[in-house]
Amino acid sequence: MRAILRNVSLRSLRVWRRDLDVYLTNWKTEFLPPLSEPVLYVFAFGLGLGSLIHTIHYEGRELTYLRFMAPGIVAVAIMFWSYFETTYSSFVRMYYQRTFDAILATPLLVEDVILGELLWGATKAVIASTIMLGMLALLGLVTWPSALWVIPLSAVAGVLFSALGLVVTSVTKNISSFNLPMFLMIMPMFMFSGTFFPVSILPKWALVIAWCLPLTHVSYLVRAAVLGWPRGPLAVSAVYVAVLAVVLSALALRLMKRRLIQ
Amino acid sequence: MNPAAIIARELTKRYGELEAVRSVSFEVGSGEVVGFLGPNGAGKTTTVRMLCCFLPPTSGTASIHGLDVRERPRDVKWLLGVCPQEDNLDPDFDVLKNLLVYGRYFGLPGRIVRRRALELLEFVALSDKTHVPVQALSGGMKRRLILARALLNEPRVLILDEPTTGLDPQARHAIWTRIRSLRAHGTTVLLTTHYMEEATQLCDRVVVMDDGKILLEGAPLDLVEREVGRTVVEAWNYGEEFVHFMRALPGRLEEVGDRLYFYPKEGDHIERLFEERFPHQERLIRRATLEDVFLKLTGRALRD
Repeated sequence: MRAILRNVSLRSLRVWRRDLDVYLTNWKTEFLPPLSEPVLYVFAFGLGLGSLIHTIHYEGRELTYLRFMAPGIVAVAIMFWSYFETTYSSFVRMYYQRTFDAILATPLLVEDVILGELLWGATKAVIASTIMLGMLALLGLVTWPSALWVIPLSAVAGVLFSALGLVVTSVTKNISSFNLPMFLMIMPMFMFSGTFFPVSILPKWALVIAWCLPLTHVSYLVRAAVLGWPRGPLAVSAVYVAVLAVVLSALALRLMKRRLIQ
Repeated sequence: MNPAAIIARELTKRYGELEAVRSVSFEVGSGEVVGFLGPNGAGKTTTVRMLCCFLPPTSGTASIHGLDVRERPRDVKWLLGVCPQEDNLDPDFDVLKNLLVYGRYFGLPGRIVRRRALELLEFVALSDKTHVPVQALSGGMKRRLILARALLNEPRVLILDEPTTGLDPQARHAIWTRIRSLRAHGTTVLLTTHYMEEATQLCDRVVVMDDGKILLEGAPLDLVEREVGRTVVEAWNYGEEFVHFMRALPGRLEEVGDRLYFYPKEGDHIERLFEERFPHQERLIRRATLEDVFLKLTGRALRD
């Protein structure tokens, strides 16, 4: 562990700042997806599917399908935005643009680059979830002030999924190889982690698997915050997410370091 | 020689079975311009990457102004300006922003970076491109911008990995002018190149590498004189008789494809000799160059 943490420093913020500057340069195209995504989901699933389902039982209460689903898409956005950033986008910076090589010619070290990317992936999750929260609030689907918990939550979960992305990137040889973990890991999480239906309706064996997936816990926590229903073992989920974030970050540092120093 | 800016001792890089650099030792004096020559795969870039702290050496040591590349990478990189072989400018930023962001990696205050950036853009003749996106720059302009970027931290040692590969003659000379001007200001330069003319024009000393080892080093013109002499004769469309005649002369004879190369020990009378014996033989008598040394040492077989 000490070997992994060696050379970790605040200088990584200079890498983070570079990514932020690029984001701000392209802000018009960057802002649009998180703004439009919730609207699309609300129309397609909430109004479309919701007109068939009407109400849903969740944590001992009854609520409209739309209210149930809305926090789920915020949780999904946290995963997608951070995971995509540290897979496809980091790979482009590393492999095609050789941005990391340029950075490594300065006093910054490999650890600074990896940590900077990790923090930036998490930042994208925070930005996206905050924008989406605002949109959902306009649609009257958010309870304040408990929904503000989503912001720190998206930071921690953002680190988790960014680290997961970097772990994948560290073993990826070419950009099309990202499709495999996408279909084997990210899409199943998207579908079976309580985004569109409560995991409690799953058969026992699937339920066990579902609760191993980090996104299930993130969905669970986001939903509690957005609905303002703080019930159930929230602390357990919070600890699970935090511990996974730390473990995956350490793994990402180790594996990406191996990948970058050849 | 001045105190050494770069010292490498038995520097070795191994990738499994492959030994890319084999126990290479050399020094570069402060203010000296040294060129590393060698065919593709000779180990030049690997050596450079170890000096820049990009790659940990498998064994051996390297230091820049006394700082070990493995122990003090952050401090070493403060002293270095690095121009990589390939373009790694930031495509999302314009010309000036590329420099500003790069200066921030060093932790330099924004005001200072800005001032230096504008001066350096002047130096590389890109002042009128300040707010142009880098994708819109020509290859030569990109190279100049990369050079400006490498100078932002006012490095004591400049490392240029194939600084002019793929450039047209104008762009190449533009880079050379800048390098000479830096040399005049006392900057130490280590460059790798495939262009023998570049090495001859710029370098106080060249190091010829092949197969991960240093074959030879010295001042360009000394090396030429020592290794091949002053004159080279190239001949084509020749007959048996001519080859016989050449064999009898003192010097080294080499036949490559349809061309005959002769490196005479004594070049002074060769012209007259040809006029007398083979006045109609198609030939070229020219001064020996570093390229002749290079081909003699590393052979004419293709490298990939």
